[in-house]
Amino acid sequence: MTMLRRIADKPWLWSFVAAFATWLATIAFTGGQGGEQLLTAAFTFATFFVIVGIGQMFVITLGPGNVDLSIPATITLAGSVAMKVADTQDSMILLSLVAALACGLAVGVFNYALILILRIPPIIATLSSSFVVLSTAIAYGRGLRIKPPPMLADFTTAQVAGVPVLAICVAFLAAVMGVVLHRTVYGRSVIAIGQNQRAAALAGIKVERIRFMTYVLSAMLAALCGYLFSGFSGGSSLSMGEQYLLASIAVVVIGGTSVAGGNANLPGLWGAALFLFLVQSMLNTYQLSAGLRYLATGLIIIAVIVLAGGEKARR
Amino acid sequence: MTAVSPARFLRAILPALSLAILLIAVYHLNPRAISPLGFQLMFNLAIPIALATIAQMCVITVNDLDLSIGAYVGFVVCIAATWLQEIPVLGLLALIGGILVYMLLGALIHLRKLPSIVVTLGMSFVWLGLAILVLPTPGGQSPGWLAALMKYKPPPIPFLGGLVIPFPILAAVVIAAVAHVGLMNTSYGSILRGSGGNPKAIERAGWSLLKTKVTMFGLAGFFGMLAGLALIGLTTSAQANVAERYTLLSIAGVILGGGSFVGGRVSPVGAVIGAMTLTLAASFLAFMRIPPDWQIGAQGAILIIVLALRAIIDRLEKPI
Repeated sequence: MTMLRRIADKPWLWSFVAAFATWLATIAFTGGQGGEQLLTAAFTFATFFVIVGIGQMFVITLGPGNVDLSIPATITLAGSVAMKVADTQDSMILLSLVAALACGLAVGVFNYALILILRIPPIIATLSSSFVVLSTAIAYGRGLRIKPPPMLADFTTAQVAGVPVLAICVAFLAAVMGVVLHRTVYGRSVIAIGQNQRAAALAGIKVERIRFMTYVLSAMLAALCGYLFSGFSGGSSLSMGEQYLLASIAVVVIGGTSVAGGNANLPGLWGAALFLFLVQSMLNTYQLSAGLRYLATGLIIIAVIVLAGGEKARR
Repeated sequence: MTAVSPARFLRAILPALSLAILLIAVYHLNPRAISPLGFQLMFNLAIPIALATIAQMCVITVNDLDLSIGAYVGFVVCIAATWLQEIPVLGLLALIGGILVYMLLGALIHLRKLPSIVVTLGMSFVWLGLAILVLPTPGGQSPGWLAALMKYKPPPIPFLGGLVIPFPILAAVVIAAVAHVGLMNTSYGSILRGSGGNPKAIERAGWSLLKTKVTMFGLAGFFGMLAGLALIGLTTSAQANVAERYTLLSIAGVILGGGSFVGGRVSPVGAVIGAMTLTLAASFLAFMRIPPDWQIGAQGAILIIVLALRAIIDRLEKPI
């Protein structure tokens, strides 16, 4: 019994349970057909959610009020800059990756400068910077869709025995970030700040430096996502970041990370990301109209948050 | 009352000052814009934005954030353009239902200690879905009385030399006055603000935090509804995502108007002025021939500049 309770106590487990249930509900409708393909697709799309989710999770773990709303704009900017730099040339792949990450670095530094110098809450800082970043992306990209270099497109869509290569890479990245979170001074400082910023500062943690690194990390992961996603989806587009505003936050919260900060949960990101995608494809499979699909997505997300949030409140 | 410190005074007039500077800039670029007709045209869209900003301010007062207000305004627009037109009773019920949903959300967020950002992000999908269900393709028709109201031209004021106050300005004054008196000058208004500033103290004093949260979310739903009605009165035909940008505009408006993000420190008058500043910024950019690509960015830049000014003022106030 204690073991059962210990398992049930793990908040991230629920996200996997929910993802599995959604998968079952979908293939039950199709009569068991396409279950494997659906899983492959889910892992592919979940990968992108997880990349931005990791950054958002570190930011949210810093404590109340910390959230990065500039992720969608950063994805769009990094995607369009990288595709323009690459100019469909395979030889430019690395350089375009560097360009994308440089965009992320710039946005992260800008975000943090606003937070520090203007002393405004991060929500407002990242929101106002996202206005500027998105405008830059629009003016820079001019709405053109430049194709990715073939090698990047191949890499992002490659599969090994039905498992997307990208998912394997990102699983590795997530594992590394898990070690960073729990085993390094930086990661533990993030958690400590989230639990009690004053105590962390008194204990000698350089709070501002850690916050700076975290916002830069989040923006750079968003940039990486923009780079990979434009490779995957055949080019950058101005609306490519849109869905990530909800996704980046929902993945973190559904994944069992405390919104109050100080308690991060990395495995849950995967469950939540799979769940988010599977809900979408389930509703598509049921052939609902666009209106019903939006309605159901919203209601399901709220329902899961109510259930997951309640779990935390009790403890 | 002791003398108001210069920093505090500066902070209080900063929203009005930004609006005035922007007006002067517009006058410089196009003198004819500063006329009753020019004001009517430039500030028409400020009415729904100001109402949405007041709605957002209600939520921010209790330390939450509403990321669904744009979608909700779109929902109201679609209801007003269809049901309210064809079967008024049903339309009215749907609008009241919207406010009830807002109150329910307030209760849910309070009781389950949920993050308002995520819940309202989820709600934005719900409102958008409902709006599309009501009106799958752009169209519908604005109820005649709404269009007539929004086109209302106030009579000239005889003792001011026949001055005509443009309707948007009149509306902005009324909205600001109602919100100001309700929130700043009533006893329950200070309880409502207090529940954002120091929830524990309010609870110890015997007030229900659940009730304040539900009240504020209900008010947000109410003002959001007014915003939708004003918008459909101006645009004549409806579309589900017509007010998508209102979410960001309303947050920016509250902050521009001097509201703090936490702690119940808000300013209804400032919020209305903030909304007008953002609306005017669009006209200003058009006069400057800045391409529409940069419009969002320029609004972000204005937000950052005003926040920077406020940071400077704050620093003046607290010398080290």
